[in-house]
Amino acid sequence: MLRIPCPWCGPRPENEFRYGGQAGVIRPADPAAVSDAAWGAYLHLRDNPKGRHVERWRHLHGCGRFFTCVRDTVTDRIASTHKPGEAVA
Amino acid sequence: MTGEAARFSFLSLLRHGAGKTWARQWRDAQPKASYDVVIVGAGGHGLATAYYLAKEFGIRDIAVLDKGWLGGGNTGRNTTIIRSNYLQPESAALYEHALKLWENLSRELNYNTMYSARGVLMLAHNHHDVQVFKRHVHANRLQGIDNEWLTPAQAKAFCPPLHIGPDARYPVLGAALQRRGGVARHDAVAWGYARAASAMGVDIIQNCAVTGIVRDAAGAAVGVETTRGPIGAARIGVAAAGHTSVLMAMAGVRMPLESFSLQALVSEPVKPVMPCVVMSNTVHAYISQSDKGELVIGAGTDAYTSYSQAGGLHIACETLEAICEMFPRFRRLRMLRNWGGIVDTTPDRSPIIGLTPVPGLFVNCGWGTGGFKATPGSGHIFAATLASGQPHPIAAPFSLDRFATGRMIDEAAAAAVAH
Repeated sequence: MLRIPCPWCGPRPENEFRYGGQAGVIRPADPAAVSDAAWGAYLHLRDNPKGRHVERWRHLHGCGRFFTCVRDTVTDRIASTHKPGEAVA
Repeated sequence: MTGEAARFSFLSLLRHGAGKTWARQWRDAQPKASYDVVIVGAGGHGLATAYYLAKEFGIRDIAVLDKGWLGGGNTGRNTTIIRSNYLQPESAALYEHALKLWENLSRELNYNTMYSARGVLMLAHNHHDVQVFKRHVHANRLQGIDNEWLTPAQAKAFCPPLHIGPDARYPVLGAALQRRGGVARHDAVAWGYARAASAMGVDIIQNCAVTGIVRDAAGAAVGVETTRGPIGAARIGVAAAGHTSVLMAMAGVRMPLESFSLQALVSEPVKPVMPCVVMSNTVHAYISQSDKGELVIGAGTDAYTSYSQAGGLHIACETLEAICEMFPRFRRLRMLRNWGGIVDTTPDRSPIIGLTPVPGLFVNCGWGTGGFKATPGSGHIFAATLASGQPHPIAAPFSLDRFATGRMIDEAAAAAVAH
């Protein structure tokens, strides 16, 4: 079980959190204007890197807030967590 | 050495029992400068692909590359469950194609893959499960695939260790049974395909990690860079499971995949106690007994993407708690080992088999938590696709472009592990 440092509550066990996948996936401003390929990419294509991953988590059973987490997907070690709007190292 | 492998027979077993040493079962090949087909990933799917290419499609200039050892990834890490009772017609056709090949595989390969049609029992614990599984039973009957609905008492008769009493924490309201489903010996599947493919001239090259995909001026894939030097290829087939995203990124292709660690564990060996395979999707527990006597138990995936091949202990513990509720007599068993495998999951929980935007580059991936059962069928239709350059009819619906067109094959309810 991961120990995840919530930017507001500090380190808490993983089962208080909900994983939200890759961070920074931006919804097209006008879905009707983009191609099927671009819309499909927004919905389904993900980086899935082996190594550094910038991802979204939510402290569901704690403060309930969303935040950004930088984690290594090989070691599962968390490098840093960030409040929304903060620059990610 | 190419040609027929020395055949296993009663006589050969007698001779070797009397002291004759066994020969190597496949060649440990060195990479050549180029091949007609290079397959990335020497797991069951990749080796089966090479075997069927050589046997049925007349292409024998093949290399199967693996960054580690043959069958050392998910092929050697899964819980070996085989069944074909999927909901959608496209999936049912795919998995039934595989199941038919399983039934004759030991004979075909002259290698005992230990396929055992002992029946797969899928438990329904709530009203929703009952509706979903009955829908599967009816769909399967229309597709000509065996699947039947059992009452709790019938399920108990088929699997005596199962607890169906009124005090059960996870009440059994019924079960779907596929009698032709069962298990096989996962290592033997990889070894059998490797032996048969090698005998037909296929080079199996281990400890050879692909580090790049070479493309010509027109953008077509023409070879791979590896830790053992460059290897040219007229066609490249990627069958790399959890590492598919990483490999495809080398050719600039983003995939609709996320890789998760899926766990399994085995108990200490005991006398035969478990006559069939039991799956319980609702509580994430999958159990059968190997011929060695170990209970083979499948757990769930972690919540987050990972390449760690480990997984959180709480995931395995949740499964063991469920197993102990459903099979009280297993409570005192000790677990011997647990491990993780990296599974590549797609948004619709169905695989991707076929062409990619890069000419010459083909992909077979996205099997998620349930790829072992498809091994022979997957290899066969991927071989057909590589040989002709066009998707095999069974593979066609599983194209990569369905994630742009929206023609999904939704098996989320049937996938072995809910997510």
